[in-house]
Amino acid sequence: MKRILVVLLLVCVSCKDTSGSKNTEAQEMQVPELHLQELQVVDYDGLEPYLNQDDNTLHVVNFWATWCAPCVKELPYFEALASSYDNIEVLLVSLDFPNKYETKLIPFIEKYELKSKVIALDDTDQNRWIPAINESWSGAIPATLIYKGQKRKFYERSFTQNELKTEIEQFLN
Amino acid sequence: MKTIKLLSALGLMLIFMAFSSQPANNGYKVGDIATDFSLENIDGKMVSLSDYKDAKGFIVIFTCNTCPYAVAYEDRIVELDKKYAEKGYPVIAIMPNDTDVQPGDSLEAMRARAKAKGFTFPYVIDKGQKIYPQYGATKTPHVYLLQKTTKGNEVKYIGAIDNNYKDAKAVTERYVENAVDALLNNESIKVTETRAIGCTIKVKS
Repeated sequence: MKRILVVLLLVCVSCKDTSGSKNTEAQEMQVPELHLQELQVVDYDGLEPYLNQDDNTLHVVNFWATWCAPCVKELPYFEALASSYDNIEVLLVSLDFPNKYETKLIPFIEKYELKSKVIALDDTDQNRWIPAINESWSGAIPATLIYKGQKRKFYERSFTQNELKTEIEQFLN
Repeated sequence: MKTIKLLSALGLMLIFMAFSSQPANNGYKVGDIATDFSLENIDGKMVSLSDYKDAKGFIVIFTCNTCPYAVAYEDRIVELDKKYAEKGYPVIAIMPNDTDVQPGDSLEAMRARAKAKGFTFPYVIDKGQKIYPQYGATKTPHVYLLQKTTKGNEVKYIGAIDNNYKDAKAVTERYVENAVDALLNNESIKVTETRAIGCTIKVKS
């Protein structure tokens, strides 16, 4: 498993400078809390276990990217699932380009305060893993895999909130 | 009254089928005959496959300005045309997105992009979005390699350009080049279909 830890250290700006010359730039800056963001990056072999968990949980795996407008649009619907249903686990698999993890993906996760687990999939051998995830998938995103035990369904499409709800409830009944 | 009920039920079923069908299952398979088209190029002229009397076939690529995957492949698309146009397989790039949904793909923007990147091939717009569904393209970039036959333009390969979107230098399988080379050498194409991630073709919702 390829695992990169992307560490974002936001250093607090010290404001002890009490001298007359005021640094306006430092004053305007929002002082962030010191925090550490960990992004899990996997290849397909690293992702595969997440697609086949045989437990009593409903798994919703959404393939997305920050550059994919229809993906970003439906993201809140996926985010809302955890608070609407019990026994549901949402995994957001980002297909952002690795050179955008720091500049696009991590800032996005922070800005929208994503609560679901986010994993970045970095595996160029798409011709192997796309059909492995689902034989019918042409490779367009957004795409979503919903499964519980042996029952699984794959969607190469985007959802409205109601459409997603309908699909989820099919699995719950 | 019964007929109306039946008809509306049928209608509903059709609507349901239209929305629930998998895009991947529609469109062309390898061996099918691809439709010709008349689509507006960035220079304002209409382009059809039948205009190319001397071509042996076509590298039809559904692509656009705004998809990072398509952008990552721009230089490689130019290379494909440079290498194969003179051998009888020119690139025809078709922009399939709805430009109201994706203004960055307007004809104006396409023109600017083609100029900036030095496109040597037609970059036409699927205005009205009638052509890409017939091919079964679902995303950009999406390649259909066609060979001119007595029956028409036969689909010989569908899928990705190569196996590394990130880095042209790290490519180990040049799917499109291998397929065109095989056609040029009268050999059978080893890999006729591949998958790759791409951006959904944008339509009005």
